[in-house]
Amino acid sequence: MSLNNKPPEVMITPSRFRNPIGKYRLHRTDDCIGCGKCVDLCPYGVHVIRVGHVLTNNHYRCVGPECPNPCYEACPAQALSLNRNPTFDTMGDLRWTPDLLVSTWYMAENGTVPPRGLEYRIGGSDGGFDRLRLVFSPAHGTQLEAPHEDVDIGIDLNRRDDSSHHIRIDVPFYGAGMSYGSVSIITMLSRVTAAAALGTFCSTGEGGYPDELKPYDDHVITQVATGLFGVREETIQRVKIVEFKYAQGAKPGLGGHLLGDKVTPAVASMREAVVGYPLFSPFPFHSVYSVEDHKKHVDWIKAINPKALIAVKVSTPTDVDMVAVGSYYAGAHIMHLDGSYGGTGAAPDIAKKNIAMPIEYAVPRVHRFLKEEGIRDKMTVIASGGIRTPHDVAKIIALGADGVCTGTAELVALGCIRCHNCERGRGCARGIATTDPELTELIDLEWGTQRIINLFMAWRKELIRILERFGMKSITELVGRTDCLVHLDYMNK
Amino acid sequence: MASKYIIDTQAVPNRFEVLTQSGIIAWEEGCLKCPVCVKKQCVYGVYDNRDLDIRQMIDSLDNQCMNCLRCVQGCPKELIHKSINPEYEALGDSHWTPYVIAKSWYQAETGKIPVSGAGYSGPFSGPGFDSMWTDMSEIVRPTRDGIHGREYISTGIHLGKTPRHLTFTDSGDLDSDPSFLVDIPLPIILRIPPFGSLGKNTIKGWALAAKKLGTFLALPYEMIDEEIIAFKECLIPSISPAQPYGDDGLGGVRLIEVLWGKNWKAITRQITETHPSAMTAIRLPLVGGIKETVLSLVNSGVSIISLEGTSNGRLVDDNSVFMRDTIRSIHLALVEHGIRDEVTLLVGGGLSMAEHVAKAIICGADGVVIDLPILIALECRMCRRCTKELPCPVEIDQAASSWVASRTINLLGAWHNQILEIMGAMGIRDVRRLRGEAGRAMFFEDLDRNTFGSLGEVQEGYELE
Repeated sequence: MSLNNKPPEVMITPSRFRNPIGKYRLHRTDDCIGCGKCVDLCPYGVHVIRVGHVLTNNHYRCVGPECPNPCYEACPAQALSLNRNPTFDTMGDLRWTPDLLVSTWYMAENGTVPPRGLEYRIGGSDGGFDRLRLVFSPAHGTQLEAPHEDVDIGIDLNRRDDSSHHIRIDVPFYGAGMSYGSVSIITMLSRVTAAAALGTFCSTGEGGYPDELKPYDDHVITQVATGLFGVREETIQRVKIVEFKYAQGAKPGLGGHLLGDKVTPAVASMREAVVGYPLFSPFPFHSVYSVEDHKKHVDWIKAINPKALIAVKVSTPTDVDMVAVGSYYAGAHIMHLDGSYGGTGAAPDIAKKNIAMPIEYAVPRVHRFLKEEGIRDKMTVIASGGIRTPHDVAKIIALGADGVCTGTAELVALGCIRCHNCERGRGCARGIATTDPELTELIDLEWGTQRIINLFMAWRKELIRILERFGMKSITELVGRTDCLVHLDYMNK
Repeated sequence: MASKYIIDTQAVPNRFEVLTQSGIIAWEEGCLKCPVCVKKQCVYGVYDNRDLDIRQMIDSLDNQCMNCLRCVQGCPKELIHKSINPEYEALGDSHWTPYVIAKSWYQAETGKIPVSGAGYSGPFSGPGFDSMWTDMSEIVRPTRDGIHGREYISTGIHLGKTPRHLTFTDSGDLDSDPSFLVDIPLPIILRIPPFGSLGKNTIKGWALAAKKLGTFLALPYEMIDEEIIAFKECLIPSISPAQPYGDDGLGGVRLIEVLWGKNWKAITRQITETHPSAMTAIRLPLVGGIKETVLSLVNSGVSIISLEGTSNGRLVDDNSVFMRDTIRSIHLALVEHGIRDEVTLLVGGGLSMAEHVAKAIICGADGVVIDLPILIALECRMCRRCTKELPCPVEIDQAASSWVASRTINLLGAWHNQILEIMGAMGIRDVRRLRGEAGRAMFFEDLDRNTFGSLGEVQEGYELE
């Protein structure tokens, strides 16, 4: 089955905050004579004229020193000066730099990558993705004006070719599990609605399957994790893909953790738990200590929903390749590897940093191992854990994945600034990762949906552009093509 | 099995305002005096907590702000901004980073492990122990749930030579002498830091903490006075060959440390004669060729060796080499010679976070010795003004011993829980099983070269993006 959607439309969707944050600020002194020259010069609409007054209303659009027509140099009254926005530098971190945050916001607003002035492709972690580059040969060097729509970036999720659903997603990514409780119902619905529009899926995470998601059943992946919150026969039967979560990259070897404050009455009822008490999911599944036990799990799902695809989400230990092969023989269709730098609603810092390996190492290892085992083309390998940009998507596919899962990128589209306070008190002060009814209302569902659609439409365009530069017609041609990559630390001088 | 080891922690307030990464800048000029100011809508109630008049909000509210930027993005006149706090950025150095210092303060204040939302935020890899990842168990191997107490994970080690076997008398009583083995429930020994504005109460507080934790505090012999000697059960007097050492009132001390030097043998002999019930340890600087020295010491019967790198975790004689690999090679050499269990290997120097304890042990140490973390627990900002005889900005020497002890216990309590997290994820129930388990760790150099080493081919005219 192909979802065969027409790509959804991009609609300009600006920030929901009064003052969007950009990299630069323009200071206008009282010397301004209101001539309007800056308004005419600026290609990005930073300045506007209102009843004879010139105002700098859209600081956040300014591209700074890279501007081809700098207003601050042309101003006849020398009333404009350019400064870096101090607030910009207080946001984000090395993995999600302020540049990546603001460029993701740009994509969520406009559906295209930023024109200039922002590094939208790599972060500042100085390793892995951030040291890898795509290599374009001059033979395919032509960059087309408009991307060809016949380049196919869709992927098949059932490669076993068995009697289960044959599902094709139109983009090489689907939404990673983020539970009801860790994020708000509006965040969850925005993600699922956008996934439906984009012709892909979104996972519920481990916090149950809220009724609000019912209209999108065909685009929902329901998760069975160690806590088994809200897992019922009926929820398993409702969907086309069921995901076992054995581990999570951000906290490998540890169970999920929802802090007490976020267990509101609605969350507690969904999870069949007590209001206000923290919820720790156990680790591991205490019924699974071998591949045979794991197969028993898979068989159980197949008995309840015979046509469901089975996804297995695991983290990245030293023997991740064995885990992948074991999962194949247990009957899984999708091997979802969540690398150690992945997202979370709450996790001990020590686990995020130190336990298990980054996804960039795990994918090539699993790809190679499955190939040697002769089963690589029977399994869909999905990677997650630090995929922030379309370039990350291309890089991990070239390293051997078929597609990716996204999570944090969608939250950033909704206005996340990576303040890392999702787990405290009422949850996210910006209304994304919260269960507080008042904070939840900060996001309008239609706005949230469109922001995520716009972001992924930008990713889509960028991926098509990248494939064309490689001279490829389908993203499946890129899988395992490590010759399309170079690592700066090993590059010939 | 020993009874469960639990470190009781409780919040101990800071004595000074903590420094945070960014501050708020708010201007009054141009304020519209909105009926409901964004400052009043702060989700965290920061402005209310400070009980400040919002009309005069020119203050920099550094350490309560949670960086949600709601006020910055909501003020109609854009009068509120945030900016990086230079005082925070200037904390410590490249090894004792502002992040390490701030997280240590948090642990010493709350006794809790640092937990945060969203994924990892730091660099991909780093020097030394930062270029290691520990393993976890999944599906094909069992894990341990030690964190929530469903299974007990032991962090206890013993100091001294492990007997190869026990002998019993005909009546079934133990025949061998177990006295030359000291158990500590935590693989961490405290040491007086190389600098710091220390008062009598500071030393006493640390000794108290060592006692409550069941471990030791190592301190220079000459620092021991009548008051401190009351804690003799948990002190490790450190004797320098350069200093005169006479008889000393160290009766009842269980462990004495002798600094490596020409006459270490003579001093050790003297100690054995005057304090036959005490164990001796030899403390060596961690230098390049130390492996041979360690082997010969163990062969001559030394049962506890403490190796000390620099305060930034490097070799004493080569600042470009991190101690990680040297520890590994010493451990492996001892294993090869079949004498690994003849000696307890302790390592110290530059260990700044809980993960370093686990990683040092994975590299082959039995336990670790920490110094500067217990100073940072007392709000030290690592400004090193004390080394220039300038006054301490947080007056550490003035702190009460009970405060010092509680802060230290909180830090170690948080570290203990974090060691449990790592061991739980690996499925290891006893920290002694973690020693030398390099196969259950991943090293950046190996992984990176194996994965990316072949990705270096770029021809002329190719474009990188």
